[in-house]
Amino acid sequence: MTDPKTAARKVLAGDIRAAAALMRGLDDGQPSCRAVLKELFAGAGRAHVVGVTGPPGSGKSTLVDRLVGEAREEGRSVGVVAVDPTSPFSGGAVLGDRIRMGRHAVDPGVFIRSLATRGSLGGLSGSVFDTVTVLDAMGKDLVLIETAGVGQDGVKVASAAHTVLVVLSPGMGDDIQAIKAGVMEIGDIYVMNKADKEGVESLERSLRLALDGRPGRDGLPRPVVRTEARSGKGVADLAAALAGHRGSLLERGLWEERSRAMARAAFEELVEAGIRSSLEKKRASDKAWKSLLEGLACRRLDPYAAARAGLRRLLR
Amino acid sequence: MNPKNRKIRVLIAKPGLDGHDRGAKVVARALRDAGMEVIYTGIRQTPEAIASAAVQEGVDFVGLSCLSGAHGHLFPEVVRLLKAHGAGKVRVFGGGIIPESDIPALKRAGIRKVFPPGSTTGDIVDWILNARLPVGEAHGT
Repeated sequence: MTDPKTAARKVLAGDIRAAAALMRGLDDGQPSCRAVLKELFAGAGRAHVVGVTGPPGSGKSTLVDRLVGEAREEGRSVGVVAVDPTSPFSGGAVLGDRIRMGRHAVDPGVFIRSLATRGSLGGLSGSVFDTVTVLDAMGKDLVLIETAGVGQDGVKVASAAHTVLVVLSPGMGDDIQAIKAGVMEIGDIYVMNKADKEGVESLERSLRLALDGRPGRDGLPRPVVRTEARSGKGVADLAAALAGHRGSLLERGLWEERSRAMARAAFEELVEAGIRSSLEKKRASDKAWKSLLEGLACRRLDPYAAARAGLRRLLR
Repeated sequence: MNPKNRKIRVLIAKPGLDGHDRGAKVVARALRDAGMEVIYTGIRQTPEAIASAAVQEGVDFVGLSCLSGAHGHLFPEVVRLLKAHGAGKVRVFGGGIIPESDIPALKRAGIRKVFPPGSTTGDIVDWILNARLPVGEAHGT
């Protein structure tokens, strides 16, 4: 490993291989790479970070591909972080989001990185924050985070992005009821993709009903945009809505607030990961930990007393 | 970090014009089931797109599948472009419909291993586990 300052300089200069190696090392938890991130961190924070979430099959990857194209036409550089789930059984993952983004593979203004959730609790990979920081430090104007689209990650992405797109598609009108909790609160912009498909009117009705005209997280209105990602129809409108949201955040002094919330989410993610890993270690080898469990098993200790003692040991 | 615990990342790609991706998908799933992270880029990829994706994704291995007979040109081209990107340490392997007689030339061109018809996914997993790189080597960190 070259020294952290040199490695950081390479990333800042846009060296793709250095950036990729850094992302890999951070994902693997290499301490040497954390030293590089330290060098980069202060200079990051300029990119517009956009989370793209929604149920599987709603066309997130194709839409991201189109948004990348739109940004490139305006001459803006783009980073994409595409998250897919890790199998809880094998620990492996198939990361297939690039399939829909093939045309940007050789564009030097686009950096696409696939991440597996690696068992992170929120479904959003713990390394998402780090990967975004690296792309941001490289000078990307726009960073798109595509979530795995299942479980809780749809909600968690809200804390990692300035703007959240919730992507829905027709034929799932009834499902809005099921995904309403959380997902209906976090969106800054709602996208009805595959708008040429039958059922788009019914989708719009249930969507409007669920949104109920209420403003989003910061009191900003929440636009509903129709797109056909496959043909590109409506994508310019969506890009305009994105720019509009960014503009409103900046105008009303909300950008700082969002950035602060993102920093807090990254911080808490790391603290929680630390607690989890120290819990794993105690579980595996700590004698006092085992005797606490023993006390519980024979009912000498009650659960709250045991948990209190356990927490004290954990946080010592 | 213990290299044994480090996640192995593999890019599986189909260069060239044939659209037969069943084999590639079977391999991708088998590697996933062996605990690896597999980036699958789909069919009809140019060698440039494959090399560029491999660099951005920070992979240890690139697996190429080709059933069209163009492997003799496409596979070495991927190896050459990886080197040009400074990622010559990424190990490239290949499979598909590849006659035994073509294998020596592919090996000379830097393809580390060729899995001809009849190879099992287990063969590929075993080879990767044996050929993995020490931490940090793949990208010259």
